[in-house]
Amino acid sequence: MTALSRQPRAVALISGGLDSMLAAKVVQSQGVYVEGVNFFTGFCVEGHTQAVKRTKKQKVKRHSALWCAEQIGIPMQIVDISEDYKDIVINPEYGYGRLLNPCLDCKIFMVNRALDLKSNHGEPFDFVITGEVVGQRPKSQRSETMAIIAKDSGAEDRLLRPLSAKNLPPSLPEREGWVDRAQLHGFSGRSRKPQFSLAKELGINEWSQPAGGCCFLTDESYTKKLQDLWDSRGRRDYDLEDVVLLKIGRHIRPAPHYKLIIGREEGENQYLRGFRHKFAYMSTVSHVGPLCLIDGDPTKEERLLASRILARYSQGRTARDVTIRITDQSGVSEEIVVEPLQPHSIPREWTLTN
Amino acid sequence: MDANELMPGAHVLDTKGLLCPLPVIRLQEFARSVESETEVVVIATDPGVLADIPSWCRVNGHEHVSSKQLDHEFHVIVRALPQFIDS
Ligand code: SF4
Repeated sequence: MTALSRQPRAVALISGGLDSMLAAKVVQSQGVYVEGVNFFTGFCVEGHTQAVKRTKKQKVKRHSALWCAEQIGIPMQIVDISEDYKDIVINPEYGYGRLLNPCLDCKIFMVNRALDLKSNHGEPFDFVITGEVVGQRPKSQRSETMAIIAKDSGAEDRLLRPLSAKNLPPSLPEREGWVDRAQLHGFSGRSRKPQFSLAKELGINEWSQPAGGCCFLTDESYTKKLQDLWDSRGRRDYDLEDVVLLKIGRHIRPAPHYKLIIGREEGENQYLRGFRHKFAYMSTVSHVGPLCLIDGDPTKEERLLASRILARYSQGRTARDVTIRITDQSGVSEEIVVEPLQPHSIPREWTLTN
Repeated sequence: MDANELMPGAHVLDTKGLLCPLPVIRLQEFARSVESETEVVVIATDPGVLADIPSWCRVNGHEHVSSKQLDHEFHVIVRALPQFIDS
């Protein structure tokens, strides 16, 4: 590719955090046509849980990436990659980060997908922008790994990291003069100060979550549940429903072959009700209490134990008896009266969430 | 205006049960296919659409007409405009 006789076009990966927003803005302010893309992996922190949980204020949360796009005035697509992304989560070529976050493979995949996108006007993009900063993340943002992302994604020198460009070899957009390298940045390391002062310079006064806080695969409690799901199934697999259910409720596994998912507030109970056709479930009859899905196949004795656990999370927790209704997957119900289990009788290792 | 008062030819996109941002993604897929201005009503159960769809319209040059809550559903009406090649 040589000199362009038209405005260069770039697609910027927008996570919803500050860095990607700054990166897109820096390039846009050099006269490049920039569109954003936000990839929906299924593990995005936004959306699901916010939609399910009923906060006291009942405030509807905004989608951070869309909000960022509005702030800097760029069009933005949200692309569903959740199906193809499974392979990245299950078999990451470069392994995981501290938890089950396959960051390096994830970035390679996203940059590759971004390259293939068409703009809102149906045209291909000339290059891809990311908000990566050399040395910011121990695994995926070292200069060696940044070179791997460029190479393995197929983007090669069509990948521009405006926040760290001066620490990296000149990319095609810089060499061709589509962007002025002198006006790009040389940020490195974990300090966020340079980003904050650039934000100020660009008139950006508000941004969403801290960088990296947008993905459940970096969340300790969530990944514990995901690993437990794989262990209990004996295979590393999931679908979107699993991904959502892992975000909701209190997960308690008293035995390898069954798990309880107990709603923690009315929004979660309501959401869990939508799964009653797929799971056996329990509810409290004599007292107000949460809904509990039973994932697996407990024995009769184990159902009794499960009922006592559920009773413990109901308003009858201090009562002598609580009546529990258990409904199996075919819709047949039975009621049993149980004594609520005391909190100290629930072993810590059963609890996958608080 | 709700889904029952739409102009003839309006498209109904049922995204009930989907959590955000999936309703927005479905709307985007539809909007990219329109060849002329088309009114579309997105029916959703996730209240997130009340913020996300108008925001998506603003950044992508479509028109958010109205949003309404009907019982447990949200009806968001959008005028999807065909995109064009400008160079
Ligand atoms: S934190 Fe999640 S979304 Fe971000 S790069 Fe890592 S795996 Fe991908």
